Amino acid sequence: MKYTEDHEWLSLDGDIVTVGITEHAATALGDVVFVELPEVGTMVSKGDEVAVIESVKAASDISAPLDGEIVEVNEAIVDAPSKVNEDPLGEAWFIKIKIDDVGAVNDYMDEDAYNDHIG
Amino acid sequence: MAEAQNDLKYLPLNDLHVELGGKMVPFAGYSMPVQYPMGVMKEHLHCRAQAGLFDVSHMGQVILRGCAYAELAEALEGIIPQDVVGLAEGRQRYGFFTEAEGGILDDLMFANRGDHIFMVVNAACKAEDLAHMRAMLPGIEVVEITDRALLALQGPQAEAVLAALMPATADMNFMDVAVMDWDGAELWISRSGYTGEDGFEISVPVAVAEAFARALLADARVAPIGLGARDSLRLEGGLCLYGHDIDTSTTPVEAGLAWAIQKVRRSGGAREGGFPGAVHILEQMTNGAPRKRVGLRPEGRAPMREGVELFASAEGGELIGHITSGGFGPTVEAPLAMGYVPAEMAAPGTVVYGELRGKRVAVTVTKLPFTPANFKR
Repeated sequence: MKYTEDHEWLSLDGDIVTVGITEHAATALGDVVFVELPEVGTMVSKGDEVAVIESVKAASDISAPLDGEIVEVNEAIVDAPSKVNEDPLGEAWFIKIKIDDVGAVNDYMDEDAYNDHIG
Repeated sequence: MAEAQNDLKYLPLNDLHVELGGKMVPFAGYSMPVQYPMGVMKEHLHCRAQAGLFDVSHMGQVILRGCAYAELAEALEGIIPQDVVGLAEGRQRYGFFTEAEGGILDDLMFANRGDHIFMVVNAACKAEDLAHMRAMLPGIEVVEITDRALLALQGPQAEAVLAALMPATADMNFMDVAVMDWDGAELWISRSGYTGEDGFEISVPVAVAEAFARALLADARVAPIGLGARDSLRLEGGLCLYGHDIDTSTTPVEAGLAWAIQKVRRSGGAREGGFPGAVHILEQMTNGAPRKRVGLRPEGRAPMREGVELFASAEGGELIGHITSGGFGPTVEAPLAMGYVPAEMAAPGTVVYGELRGKRVAVTVTKLPFTPANFKR
């Protein structure tokens, strides 16, 4: 698993990367009450805002970590946003992106580097 | 930022909040717990189901004294539009300081305590309120009480919890005030709050505040509640937050607070007017205000927060108002908000549109409060 400075996690399987938010991010956000996800088929560029998370405290965005096409979104967290707090690293993934450049994933932090980043 | 940090004031119960795992944030110049490990959502639901303990010691506690109650009351009526003279001893009322244009300087609670008036004002306004009263109430002693904490115990179990420590509190009705002894300390208690639930606000000497808070927290029905849930509770309760839903640009009539101006101070009343902005406020009470504060229910699940722009139609058209506070209501299980709309769009059921991330989302004007008030009348 790889991590962005914006507290997203990336898990690569072939050329499909699954994106979610870290435990640290979920805790900092507090109780999540609303999630908005992009449409499947959307072409995204790195840095594009692709999802919105609203907690009891504030709104925040999720940006695309890589260039590619949204191939799947997790409707379960739209129906039950509290899953994001319960299982951010597992069941509550956000989107799957079919990425153009598989190697670009390696530009992101590994777990140790991320732990230093939030430490 | 470092400077601002150094200027932060600490509540008398700061150590207890830290011990309880409170996440401390700056608010109105104080370091305050925004939430405890339970989290905003569960704290909110716990308060509605059982009882929550809030530390509201940042708020201003003020005593007016120096002459008989009747004289104090008459003087105070010169700066607030409430019936102070007619308030019975041992009773409390909601009120507000008004300014010349009819705007609201602050909202407050005031009580007839026999030989003096006790009031609680907002933390962010207290310096201005004290200066205002000292300037406008010559000959009256305006005393800021700084040696007392202020705790709120709110929720359907609040009565049972407090009565276990002080049985006589169970006999108090909504907006009653009383002085009671707890472990040798004098507590000033009112049956009121800011959650829409039954409950009490308790002024307690700093020296025993922690012991008293611990005695309440020792009851399994009580959980400590932070500012986050305090805000969502009062929002569901349809209660105004000063500086957001009301301020100097909003009149009491626009804010839907005309109910808090008693008949005796209205047009035709025995002590009609006589407060700052009376001409404007009484005119609006007769002819209506051009805009009204309303409850708003956004469609879907996305919260609409303070500042969201409101429009009459789904596309185009002019701005008709703003959301003044909003978020997610844990009890209602939906986003909710309050804001100002033109009077002709203020009827419950009217659909307006809030602009959220560039998209107009339907918002239905809804009767306040969003959750039924559970006061002990």
